[in-house]
Amino acid sequence: MSFDPMRLRALWRKEWIQIRRDPASIGIGVVLPALLLLIFGYGISLDALHLPIGVVVEKPNPLTASFVAGLEQSRYFAPHSYGSIGVAEDAMRRRKVEAILWLWSDFTRRGLREGNAPLSLIVNGVDANTARLMEGYFQGVWSQWLEWEAKTSGQPILTPVAVESRIWFNPALESRHYLAPGVIVINMTLVGALLTALVIAREWERGTMEALLSTPVSVAEILWSKIGPYFVLGMGGMVISVVMAVGLFGAPLVGSPWVLFLAAALFLLSSLGMGLLISTVFRSTFLASMVAVVATFLPAFILSGFIFDIGSMPGPIRLFTYLLAARYFVALLQTIFLAGNVWSVILPNLAALSLMAALFLGIAWKVSRRSLE
Amino acid sequence: MLQRIFGLILKELLALFRDKRSRFVVIGPPLIQLIIFGYAATFDVNRIAYASYDEENSGASRELLARFEGSQVFRLRGRIHSDGELAKAIDRKEVLLVLHIGRNFSRDLFASPPARLQVIVDGRNSNTAGILLGYVSQIVADFNASWLPLHGIKPPPAVLQPRAWFNPNLESRWFIVPGLLATLTLVVSIMTVGLSVAREREAGTLDQLLVTPMSPSEIVLGKVIPGFLVAMGEVTLIFLAAILWFRIPFVGDLLALYVGLAFYSLATIGVGLIISSVSMTQQQALLGSFFFLSPAIVLSGFSTPIRNMPEVVQWLTLLNPLRFALVVTRRVFLEGAGFAEVWPQFIPMALIAAGSLFGAWWVFRRRVG
Repeated sequence: MSFDPMRLRALWRKEWIQIRRDPASIGIGVVLPALLLLIFGYGISLDALHLPIGVVVEKPNPLTASFVAGLEQSRYFAPHSYGSIGVAEDAMRRRKVEAILWLWSDFTRRGLREGNAPLSLIVNGVDANTARLMEGYFQGVWSQWLEWEAKTSGQPILTPVAVESRIWFNPALESRHYLAPGVIVINMTLVGALLTALVIAREWERGTMEALLSTPVSVAEILWSKIGPYFVLGMGGMVISVVMAVGLFGAPLVGSPWVLFLAAALFLLSSLGMGLLISTVFRSTFLASMVAVVATFLPAFILSGFIFDIGSMPGPIRLFTYLLAARYFVALLQTIFLAGNVWSVILPNLAALSLMAALFLGIAWKVSRRSLE
Repeated sequence: MLQRIFGLILKELLALFRDKRSRFVVIGPPLIQLIIFGYAATFDVNRIAYASYDEENSGASRELLARFEGSQVFRLRGRIHSDGELAKAIDRKEVLLVLHIGRNFSRDLFASPPARLQVIVDGRNSNTAGILLGYVSQIVADFNASWLPLHGIKPPPAVLQPRAWFNPNLESRWFIVPGLLATLTLVVSIMTVGLSVAREREAGTLDQLLVTPMSPSEIVLGKVIPGFLVAMGEVTLIFLAAILWFRIPFVGDLLALYVGLAFYSLATIGVGLIISSVSMTQQQALLGSFFFLSPAIVLSGFSTPIRNMPEVVQWLTLLNPLRFALVVTRRVFLEGAGFAEVWPQFIPMALIAAGSLFGAWWVFRRRVG
């Protein structure tokens, strides 16, 4: 197998010129990552604030008034008053409110005399996640009110145990702080797998691969010529993403940027391996892109722990996630960005990523050599 | 003319289904996505790994901790005996939360309540953290409610009785799977229709079509109708899977669902055709599809509520057909809605369909003319 640095340089130049000339490469490599980061950074948020809640007070009195006032002060709720439960239920069906707090007419009478008056909270359960967050927030408002009410009325304190929460790494629970770094995994999958798969499949489709093979370049040189430029492009996209995540969205980068770069480089190599493999096996732009999306892009989105908690997935799917490079990269990103250099998380995940990179590049190497020779 | 269009439809469907590989693309990825999304895309939090750090180890503290050990959602991973261990366990992601009970817990509980249960949570995934804090409050509230009467203290004036409509156990699968009905249909119609004109252009068969007596409008119709048939077939496939496989309750009006999704399919096909006729190559068409799909899915309310988005972005979602289709599928599936409840969603979808189909026809005529 011959390997000539001069020829490799020439191939790299050819590759660069192609990237520059093709708007699609620039689109996938630069514009799409930036767009995704903007959408995720600005567009989506899992933090539910000012949830519209309907309040039905059948017999207003000081006790109910103080509770409703407590609800109004909470930043999580925006209460609307309704005259009767029927009207409130109607509003919920029309999606005007997400929940109804229903204080029955005997709320105060029963409550003051014997306690345990029912306080109904009806939530719209269609969006289960929001509903659950809402119940949690409500519980918080409720126990605060109980404590305050007991204190002001001079009665014994009614909450024997109170929860005091300390949230590490992201005290305000801002979803942006973990979504923005997470987008990096998506961006690098786009460049590494989708773009590479597209570009090589296109060479097969147009017959330029045949043309290349009839020149004196060796198979190794062709493969390196594909890996090199896209590696540079992917790392460039990664730098842009990190700068945007930190500069624009205020994600803290607590850990070392060097470790982050190392992790990103390893992840990019494994996704380039996937891209090479897919394009060599499928050889058509349409199919290669479909397979790249299903095999790399979607898992990076859903199965990597980027949005959905892996621990809560069903057993077989949880096992399957160990086969995905994205899983290790997301763990690294979240730890390096929010928690710092926790070596006991970083080292095993880096090791897994290196293994993945070696594995995919190795398979891609073998398969493409066979099909090229 | 009808016969010519019929011929085109037949040709289009044959092109899509005769090739083994492209047949796979229409059927395979949506099913794989349905299964992956249906099972993995869950916001439910269960099997929460936690550790307890009980500095007091008294009857009361053990009683409180036993409530967590007995809970379905929490899994005890170990006990911790120092602050150093606590930091390590969280840093290393061995546990998601630590329940810390200080030395004065019992004294505070009896003499100067409230006693404090300190909960240390890993906030790296803020959504999970928020939900599990809700679970913790729930368990502590239950503990409080049963503790008071046992110790002769008057119970609190009221007890909270939460209840959820439409989805009593708050399962996120009930939310995600009906949403997939609309989302996957979007992906399939954009991917197949979006690439079709560009593929013909690349293969040179578009020129062949243009030299036949067919007019541009007929060619456009010949793309829209097969796309519509494929999209409705896809809808039926996913609908059956949602009901038979995932056992999502369906309580609404089936006809209203289909009529709504028909408007929706036309809207997505229009967008796909615009992308397709603007692009010169398949690769450009693919890129265009991606540029449309990623924001369309993220900014639709599919996984995160539109209400949480900044106001400008909320206006932007009014152009997104998926936003309206999601409301239709979820309301019909879970809330038992019929035409009376969901027809207002049909209007924007019909407008988007009319606008995008007209736009596609216009672009196509100019591009080939």
